[in-house]
Amino acid sequence: MGGEVKIATSPSKAVIRKPTSFYLRTVWAIVWKDLAAELRSRELLTSMLVFALLVILIFNFALELDPRARFNAASGVLWVTFAFAGTLGLNRSMAMEKDRGCLDGLLLAPVDRSAIFFGKALSNLFFMLIVEAIVLPIYSLLYNINLFNPGLIAVVLLGSIGYVAVGTLLASMAVQTRTRDVLLPILLFPIVIPLFIAAVKASAGFLQSLEMSEIWPWLNLLIVYDLIFLAVAFMVFDYVVEE
Amino acid sequence: MIEVRGLVKRFGLKTVLKDLDFQVQAGEFVALLGPNGAGKTTFLRILASLSRPAMGEVRIAGYRLPQQAAAVRHILGVVSHQPLLYGDLTAEENLRFYGKMYGIGAPEKRIGEVLDLVGLSLRRRDLVRTFSRGMQQRLAIGRAVLHDPEVMLFDEPHTGLDQDASVMLDGVLREVAARGRTVVMTSHDLARAGDLASRFDVISRGKVVASVGRAEMPAAKLLDFYRASISIREDAARVSSEQPSSRIRM
Repeated sequence: MGGEVKIATSPSKAVIRKPTSFYLRTVWAIVWKDLAAELRSRELLTSMLVFALLVILIFNFALELDPRARFNAASGVLWVTFAFAGTLGLNRSMAMEKDRGCLDGLLLAPVDRSAIFFGKALSNLFFMLIVEAIVLPIYSLLYNINLFNPGLIAVVLLGSIGYVAVGTLLASMAVQTRTRDVLLPILLFPIVIPLFIAAVKASAGFLQSLEMSEIWPWLNLLIVYDLIFLAVAFMVFDYVVEE
Repeated sequence: MIEVRGLVKRFGLKTVLKDLDFQVQAGEFVALLGPNGAGKTTFLRILASLSRPAMGEVRIAGYRLPQQAAAVRHILGVVSHQPLLYGDLTAEENLRFYGKMYGIGAPEKRIGEVLDLVGLSLRRRDLVRTFSRGMQQRLAIGRAVLHDPEVMLFDEPHTGLDQDASVMLDGVLREVAARGRTVVMTSHDLARAGDLASRFDVISRGKVVASVGRAEMPAAKLLDFYRASISIREDAARVSSEQPSSRIRM
C-alpha cells in the first residue's frame, strides 16, 4: 500500500489509551472540521444571518406604530429570531453530515459517540453565538434598546446552550428521515417551550431592570434545563443515531 | 475473523435478514452477491456496527457486536457507494480529520502514504467537491485504509464509476487483499467479483443461500452458479417461508 503500512492502533491499545484527552481531541476535531468547512462554504452562517435579519426587520415594521408594545415585545422578538435562525443552522449542520454519508463516517470511528454529539453541539453553539453577536447590535439600533447588559448576555448564552443541546440531538434524529426540514421544528419547538419561556422572562427582567430576586427563578430554570438536556443527549445519542 | 450466527434484522414489520449465518477466515476476500433488496447493505451495516441486529450473534476478530463495537471499529475499514468525505475540505484535511478520529500517531506521514496509494498526492490540497466520482471513491478508500484495518467492508464500491476509475479501484482492492487483509465486498458486477474475490457467497431474501470458493468455480460459470442459487431460494420461498436446508455448499 504505497510503502510499509503500519497499524496505527490496536484494539487493546484503544481501550487503554488516555480516554479524557482522546475524548476532548475528538470533540475538538469535529469542531475544527465544521469551522473549516464553514469558512469555505459560508452556507450555514449566511443563511442564518440573513434569516435572522429578515425576522427582525419584519417585526420592526409590524410593531413600529406602538413604541411601548415594541419595548414589551423586545425579548420575545429576540428569542423568536434566535429560534428560527437556530433551527435553520441545526438543519443545515446535520444535513452536511448526511449528504455524502459523512455521518456514517463519524459513526464508524472508534470513539465514544457522545463525543460526536458534543463536537456537533459545540460547533452549532459557536455558529449560533456568532449570529447572536451580529444580531444583537442591529436589534439594539432598530429597537432603540440597550442590549449590552451582562445579565442579558448570560441569558443569551444559557438559552443558546439549551437550545443547541436539544436541537443537535433532535436534528441527528430528524436528518435520518425524508422530511427532515419539516420534522426538526415540529419535534424541537414543543420541547424548547420551557426554555424559551425562561429565556424571554429573564431577558425581559434584565431589560426592564427588575430585581434579581424576580429574575433568579428563570435563570435557575435555564441552568437546570441545560444540565438535564446535556445529560439526556450524552446518554441517548448513541441510540438516536444507530439504526 | 468474521462469524455470524442466526442473524435477524427487522425494519418495522419487515424482516430483512432471516437467520443469516456467515463465516470468513482471516485473509479471505469474499464477494457477497445478490439481487437488489436481498439484504446485502443491511448485513454490511450490521458488520460495520452502524445497525443493531434484532437477534443473533456477530463476532469480528473475537469482539462481539454491538457490545464491543468500539473495539471492532478500530480494526474495520468501510467503503460504501457514498464517499463519507467532506466536500468543503481538501483531500489532505479530510484524511487529517479522520486520522484524529482514529487517534493515529504521526498522521502526516501516514496521510502521505495513503495519498500515494490511491494516486492522489498531486491533488492533496484540492477541495473534495472538485473531484470526479472516481477520485472521490479513491480517496474514500484512502480514508478507509488510513488506520490500516485488518478487516475491510466494501459496499458496491464500483457504483457510478467509469471504466478507468473501476480498473484503478480494482488495482487498489487487489493490493489491499495482497496485504492479507480480510475483505467482504458486496457487488452486482459478477465479472468484477469473479476477478477479485477468493470466495463467492450469494445472499437472497435475507439469507446466505450458497457459498463457493474460487478454486471450485471458474469465473465463466459464476453467472450460472449465481442464477441457480437465486432461483433455488425463490422456489424455496414459494414453497415455504422458512427452509433452512436451502443452502448449497460447493
